[in-house]
Amino acid sequence: MSAPETNKAEVHAPVYVYELPVRLWHWVTAPCIIILAATGYLIGNPAWPLIAGEPFHHYVMGDIRFIHFTAAYILGIGFLLRVYWVLMGNRYAKEIFILAVWRKSWWHELFQTLRWYSFQKSEPMREVGHNPVAQLAILAVFVLGVLFQLVTGFALYGEGAGGWAHTLFTSWVIPLFGGSMEVHTWHHLAMWYILIFVIAHIYLVIREDIMSRQTMISTMISGWRYFKDSRS
Amino acid sequence: MISVADKPQTFYELMRAQGTSRRSFLKFCSLTAAALGLEPVYADKIAHAMETKPRLPVLWLHGLECTCCSESFIRSGNPLSSDVILKMISLDYDDTLMTAAGHDAEAILDEIPNKYPGEYILAVEGNPPLNEDGMYCIIGGKPFVERLKSVAANAKAVIAWGACASWGCVQAAKPNPTQAVPIDKVITDKPIIKVPGCPPIAEVMTGVISYILTFDRLPELDSRGRPAMFYGQRIHDKCYRRPHFDAGEFVQSWDDEGARKGYCLYKMGCKGPTTYNACSTVRWNGGVSFPIQSGHGCIGCSEDNFWDNGPFYSRLANIGAGFGVEATADTVGGTAAAAALAGVAAHAGASAIKHFTRKPGEGDKQ
Repeated sequence: MSAPETNKAEVHAPVYVYELPVRLWHWVTAPCIIILAATGYLIGNPAWPLIAGEPFHHYVMGDIRFIHFTAAYILGIGFLLRVYWVLMGNRYAKEIFILAVWRKSWWHELFQTLRWYSFQKSEPMREVGHNPVAQLAILAVFVLGVLFQLVTGFALYGEGAGGWAHTLFTSWVIPLFGGSMEVHTWHHLAMWYILIFVIAHIYLVIREDIMSRQTMISTMISGWRYFKDSRS
Repeated sequence: MISVADKPQTFYELMRAQGTSRRSFLKFCSLTAAALGLEPVYADKIAHAMETKPRLPVLWLHGLECTCCSESFIRSGNPLSSDVILKMISLDYDDTLMTAAGHDAEAILDEIPNKYPGEYILAVEGNPPLNEDGMYCIIGGKPFVERLKSVAANAKAVIAWGACASWGCVQAAKPNPTQAVPIDKVITDKPIIKVPGCPPIAEVMTGVISYILTFDRLPELDSRGRPAMFYGQRIHDKCYRRPHFDAGEFVQSWDDEGARKGYCLYKMGCKGPTTYNACSTVRWNGGVSFPIQSGHGCIGCSEDNFWDNGPFYSRLANIGAGFGVEATADTVGGTAAAAALAGVAAHAGASAIKHFTRKPGEGDKQ
């Protein structure tokens, strides 16, 4: 247990954690991912029944692919701006890109958080930013997963569209994987990789909003983190 | 087959000697220029090249293969393969097409590289197996891989005919017991033109040779070593059924209305969107048809690993074939996501129990 409480009435002062660009990025990226996953699934598996008639009366696949590519552009541009914000933003803007693995305290917190998640510990840590488990999962699954999707996705896009996407991505990604089909398969698998992150992410922020010692969901809206107690 | 004269004839000399008229010769040059997609003025350049340049010595080797490349090649309509073999190149060795056999025929493989070092083209159909020191492919008493290396040593350039020589094809598919490898794993110091396909289109094969001959240089290659003029786009990009793809009009089963009306074969596993080849533009058998026009999806035969990217009749490739588990990305991903959801639900249940049954004073005090 923590140190004796000196003043029960007071809690820790709120901290401005997520700056506006980070919040904007989060809330732009989230719908992009849902749209990309839904349209991407349909591109790989156009599940609708037979559409008949002259092809100029319909543009179903064309529209789905257009939405997919547009959402991918938004996701990609957002990702680039977010990487820029790693350089310009506050310390919490960096923590999902650069893990403080050289600090002993980071490892300590990692194991304490794992113990909390596995019901071995009755009280969670007080966290201002992301806890180390979250940092690790966001970097390994989300950041790298989205980067992988952007690279393979724009490589596939460049196959048909040519231009910059072909020069920057298609020209080396397709040979690297062996062929276009392999890139498609990996792009598809990585979608599920990111969706699993989304499932865990949404569950854990709700859980932590209820059970942790600080605000979670409202913090990503307002930027401010409020604490529920005064202990360290 | 063709004796190796001390001073090789030009194409034109040979054609005249065989009774071809000047008029027919010029017609041939125009047709070849058209087949290569060149401007009309290039017909003159082709004629000039054929009048002045000695015929190009070509040695055509066969490794592990099915001879479908040769079968395709001899059906070239424009230029006619007979024109290519008899008039444009000096095909000095091709064990399938030549009449000579035995030691005299095999001696050509030593003779040409010594007589014309750096001037002949080596065309390779099939590939070498490396396992057991190459014993899975013995030709003329020697492992094919040794012959391939020795003939390649003095070649000006190497043409890899077909999926076998370019990527490995069926004999290199998992588990590849003979360790068959594409020829660029064995020949590393020569320019290699990959002309993949199982087989490649006949006009693409003769077109590549015509190009080398006419311009005295290799055609522009893409990042995977294929002639960009024939392999620069996917079959999908120029498919005449593409409007049905964009409309979302897909054949659902082989006997439905969509199949009869010629809708897109994407859901039937057509590999056109992932296959770089000229089938949808050049087509086959003199431009008569190609698989999609005949109502069957592309199987992606000119792509690397196309045997391992099956099945032919499903859009998403099977993965994990090496483990004996065949599943598509959706099956694997969907199962993992379902497991994640179940894990989350179990964890949420445990958390709720923990949260609401905790003793007062324990844990977080709010």
